[in-house]
Amino acid sequence: MKKLSARRRHPLAALVVLLLALACTGGLYAAFAPAEKAQADDTAQSLAIDEGKKLYTVGCASCHGTGGQGGSDGPSLVGVGAAAVDFQVSTGRMPAATSQGAQVPKKKNIYTQAQIDQLAAYIASLGAGPAVPTKEQYGPEGADIAKGGELFRTNCAQCHNFTGKGGALTKGKFAPSLTDVEPKHIYEAMQTGPQNMPSFPDTTLSEQNKKDIIAYLNAVNGDETENPGGLELGGLGPVSEGLFGWIFGLGTLIAVAVWVAARTAKAKKS
Amino acid sequence: MSTTASNTSRSRGKAPGGERVADWADGRLGIYTLAKSNMRKIFPDHWSFMLGEVCLYSFIIIILTGVYLTLFFHPSMNEVEYHGSYVPLQGQLMSEAFNSTLHISFDVRGGLLIRQIHHWAAVVFIAGMFVHMMRVFFTGAFRKPREVNWLFGFLLFVLGMFTGFTGYSLPDDLLSGTGVRFMEGAILSVPIVGTYISFFLFGGEFPGGDFVARFYSIHILLLPGIMLGLVVGHLILVFYHKHTQFAGPGKTNNNVVGMPLLPVYMAKAGGFFFLVFGVIAFVAAIAQINPIWAIGPYRPDQVSTGAQPDWYMGMAEGLIRAMPGWEINLWGHTLVLGVFIPLVLFGVILVAIAAYPFIEAWVTGDKREHHILDRPRNAPTRTAFGVAWLTVYFVMLIGGGNDIFATHFHLSINAVTWFVRISYFVGPVIAFIVTKRICLGLQRRDKDKVLHGRETGTIKRLPHGEFIEVHEPLSQEQLHTLTAHDQYKPLELGPAVDENGVERKVRATQKVRAKLSEAYFGEESQITKPSVEEYKEITSGHGHH
Repeated sequence: MKKLSARRRHPLAALVVLLLALACTGGLYAAFAPAEKAQADDTAQSLAIDEGKKLYTVGCASCHGTGGQGGSDGPSLVGVGAAAVDFQVSTGRMPAATSQGAQVPKKKNIYTQAQIDQLAAYIASLGAGPAVPTKEQYGPEGADIAKGGELFRTNCAQCHNFTGKGGALTKGKFAPSLTDVEPKHIYEAMQTGPQNMPSFPDTTLSEQNKKDIIAYLNAVNGDETENPGGLELGGLGPVSEGLFGWIFGLGTLIAVAVWVAARTAKAKKS
Repeated sequence: MSTTASNTSRSRGKAPGGERVADWADGRLGIYTLAKSNMRKIFPDHWSFMLGEVCLYSFIIIILTGVYLTLFFHPSMNEVEYHGSYVPLQGQLMSEAFNSTLHISFDVRGGLLIRQIHHWAAVVFIAGMFVHMMRVFFTGAFRKPREVNWLFGFLLFVLGMFTGFTGYSLPDDLLSGTGVRFMEGAILSVPIVGTYISFFLFGGEFPGGDFVARFYSIHILLLPGIMLGLVVGHLILVFYHKHTQFAGPGKTNNNVVGMPLLPVYMAKAGGFFFLVFGVIAFVAAIAQINPIWAIGPYRPDQVSTGAQPDWYMGMAEGLIRAMPGWEINLWGHTLVLGVFIPLVLFGVILVAIAAYPFIEAWVTGDKREHHILDRPRNAPTRTAFGVAWLTVYFVMLIGGGNDIFATHFHLSINAVTWFVRISYFVGPVIAFIVTKRICLGLQRRDKDKVLHGRETGTIKRLPHGEFIEVHEPLSQEQLHTLTAHDQYKPLELGPAVDENGVERKVRATQKVRAKLSEAYFGEESQITKPSVEEYKEITSGHGHH
């Protein structure tokens, strides 16, 4: 201590103290970082909500009202949750064209994921609703494909067809094809029930059930689907099969018959 | 060689082995006389005469592949758990029928290909019968003496439909189960007996545990047995009646111009069989049909959208889909007109085409035999009726697939259904009128060609400045072909009063017949074919205007 005390007037002492103080502060900062980060996140959250509100005012308010309360052209968004926003906006369904047909179709999404998250944050702030699912929720790990198939045939196939090729509803509405739809969006659709689709909250179809259904769809209507037997012909059943049979089955055979009949044996003149 | 030589030298007069076998067989089977009279049977050449062959060969293919499938199929509805090689169905409960069909598709060598050949061949078989039937219809080949054979063919078509339907139901998958449920609904809609028939057929409440086994014996034994008999009868009658032919020089009602059965047609037909087999096998190899593994096992509480039957039952499906859901409730009983009327119409539409030859025969009163085919244009009313019938048929096929049409053409399913409903009534009328006009137009063109020759496209300028197109007279052969057909005269009832001024009694049926006859053969319905006098008059002079 004497040694230290003797040098307290050293020209560099102030520098050492400063370094120590900085290290201390740095250390403390590092130690308390999570708490502070959370605080920072809060501000980010409110920032996201503010940004989301701006995006909302530009892209959504004309139909859904300035505060998401809904209007003559669009339903209230209070309580629909972030999952609904993520589904509708990232599949391009929202914002919808001013004059759409019977049903808002899927189209090109014009927002970045960051913007969608901001919008979702704003809408979620209006009232509690389902959150955007995480990868663990819709990922394939721990899913029972066969169970998913059974659930799909029980709950989904009557509109979306047995492997999710889509189908018709009344008056021009339709259940869209589920080919190339991202697992996240399928999960969100089940959770929130967009447009004509009924919603399947966790009380109806549990998280595990949803995971199973997504895994089944991926198995029968995904990129790596094994499809024995040749061309699928749209996977629509007997209508396309009948058309194919008439045109390429019987059509070819008639062409062959014409060909055979045109090549008749020439009788020898004797 | 040496043995044969030594044999002949040892026992003179003893025939070679082959001849002895032939003798032995002929002595017991009498093949020789049969073969001798039939080997040189003549068949005319035309591609449309080969449509029946397409049907025959696809029928044979169906039988052959069907036998293979029976070796592995278990017609049972006992519940089993799936442990085969298709992952997305692992551990699912299903009937043994469905399980064994999955087994055929994934675990039996060549099973899936054979299944697909069997199913594609069925689709082609019935489509082939349909087109064959239309060929016979539009060329008037159903006229005397072939009415019975027409009925045989019609029965084959209808039985083919039901054989197809029962076969499609056997795998007990979600799609066919829905189809069977549909059929059960149709049966239930029959007043009074419907419920009893349904309980009898399914051995109790639908679906029960019996229908797969029952459909199985219907599908593999009962219906194909009857069909095989009818096919044989159909072919025997074709042999007996001899084949029809199109009009042409040298072809009369009393001869058949063509090639002999042996060797030409045997070779052609044999080759054609392999072509048919090849085409169907190719289609089966490249295109999936009825992927039951994707459809899943049948459970009465599940259903998929786009649940249609195979195309030949599509008309029935369309009738039901287009029909408004009417029902009458009386004294605690329900009469489901929304299902029962389509069921009746299904029969009526089919019977209409089957009964047509008899109606036409009654109207014409023609008792002669006809072996020369009509060109469709020369029988405008018949052709128009046929096209009207086809219009109803195809409108109903659209009705049966209304959801697929709606989604794929971005239409409202309600709009498609309304289109079908209106077209069902309006379509055939328009088709009838348009077809008849087209036929008459073609008759006029034929007449013009006969009288004035073919337009050559060569334009000549006459010395006084007029431009004319050179018409080239038709050859004798062409003239014959265009004028060979008979033209009926409308039936006349005769004077309304007899020679004593007393009103003659004319039966109501005769009045109807006269009306129909007028509609068939009156001035409005056919163009009088050019007479020899007309032809001479025009061709004798110079210039024709």
